[in-house]
Amino acid sequence: MPKVTWVLGNGKEITAEVPVGHNMMEAAVTNNVPDVIGECGGCLSCATCHVFVDPAWFAKTGGPSEMESDMLEITLVDRQPTSRLSCQITSVPELDGLVLKVPQL
Amino acid sequence: MPDPIIIVGAGQAGAALAARLRSLGYDGPLVILGDEVHPPYQRPPLSKKYMSGELDIPRLLIRPASWYGEQNIELRLSTAVTEISPREHRVTLADGSRLSYAKLALTTGAHPRRLPAGMGGDLAGVFTIRNLADVDALAPVLDPGKNLLVVGGGYIGLEAAAVAASKGLKVILIEMAPRILQRVACALTADYFRRQHGRHGVAIRESAALLELPGKDGRLTGALMQDGSVIEADLAVIGIGIAPNVDLAERAGLAVENGILVDGSCRATAADIYAAGDCANFPWRGTRTRLESVQNAIEQAEHAAAAMLGANKDYDPTPWFWSDQYDVKLQIAGLCRGYDDAVPRPGRREGSQSIWYFAGERLLAVDAMNDALAYALGKKIIEAGRSIPKAVAADPAADLKRWAV
Repeated sequence: MPKVTWVLGNGKEITAEVPVGHNMMEAAVTNNVPDVIGECGGCLSCATCHVFVDPAWFAKTGGPSEMESDMLEITLVDRQPTSRLSCQITSVPELDGLVLKVPQL
Repeated sequence: MPDPIIIVGAGQAGAALAARLRSLGYDGPLVILGDEVHPPYQRPPLSKKYMSGELDIPRLLIRPASWYGEQNIELRLSTAVTEISPREHRVTLADGSRLSYAKLALTTGAHPRRLPAGMGGDLAGVFTIRNLADVDALAPVLDPGKNLLVVGGGYIGLEAAAVAASKGLKVILIEMAPRILQRVACALTADYFRRQHGRHGVAIRESAALLELPGKDGRLTGALMQDGSVIEADLAVIGIGIAPNVDLAERAGLAVENGILVDGSCRATAADIYAAGDCANFPWRGTRTRLESVQNAIEQAEHAAAAMLGANKDYDPTPWFWSDQYDVKLQIAGLCRGYDDAVPRPGRREGSQSIWYFAGERLLAVDAMNDALAYALGKKIIEAGRSIPKAVAADPAADLKRWAV
């Protein structure tokens, strides 16, 4: 199962296995990662699951879709070049080792 | 041991309230009482990804079942509360046992309005959509080719029609009002969705007054309309709105009027009792308001949690909503209540559009259809308490970002 690490605003790290097919927002909520909220349940309506993908991983996660990019306009912390809504990143074997930085709210 | 904080209602609001109490540092005893068998779960996917089999129950849960124990929260399921005694600070459960509370939060939610039994509302084949159990009953009988009658042209009725049509059922939707979405959106938004449904073969009849649902041997056979016409149907989904669950509060002597009346700090009219979510009616911008949304369930519950721990600030949300029908994502920022003008704005893509609601020159709300940018920028502007000129809203070439910063 792919392992994913969330790096929190205070530098603390949370690492967890994420079943293939699950998305990184639900994985974060399941693993008590603070500040990844997922208010809309992952349907691209709320922008509360914003993360910064570690630049080394951005080629593998890819960038946001057009709709996702629009939603990144209303994140609580301003978007950066590797910003994604984590509900739109699905766990696949190629993402084993993925590192996501959680914006500090 | 001190008496616990007790939360009555294990839905989105109840779960959010408990989580916020813990994250704000409350480490005393905390009990959630829920009358369903499942831990708190998300409702919006019920009629979509859950019904289609894409999500199973564990993935529907707001928090994993193990989370409550880890947080030292006592989650008691299949546990109905029958009475609240505000003076004694005590609740009575269905099994007759009693629990004392230090503080009590009512997150009891709402229930779908049903048609009265005299109109055929109790017939087999008649469904509502609100709980997991509702969808578990409905999903297995949504067979292609069947005739489905949807009663009510609000968002729930329209979403049900979309799901059923996509599954190959023949769908007729009837709405008593002159048009669909009459209560919640302007005619332009209604037109947009009427077209979508037409494209997918859903027949929509507006100004259509239902007389009764006739049945045979206790099973639905169709609809008899007031104009004498008959609609044949194997199944019916009733989507005529929800009513707040206020029964407990009312019997406890709390003030109730379209919801449990609370103040800006979510306090009900008895000491140490709070309410939040679909069941709560709060003062907002000078008007009593009850919101039916996930956003409000979460944010008001979090506000109530803070108030229970001593915060003293009025709840002042920027409401937002969403609805998914076919390949259209509708996102709504703000509340269009009291609008006197609705300005359409074409989006950048085929089929994308937004509607900007104004009261005088003040922007109230935005309906965005497949136009997340309009939603996002509209939400920013409304949240900041600002507005934009109508001419800017109407001009697709005008850069909204300038107004949102």
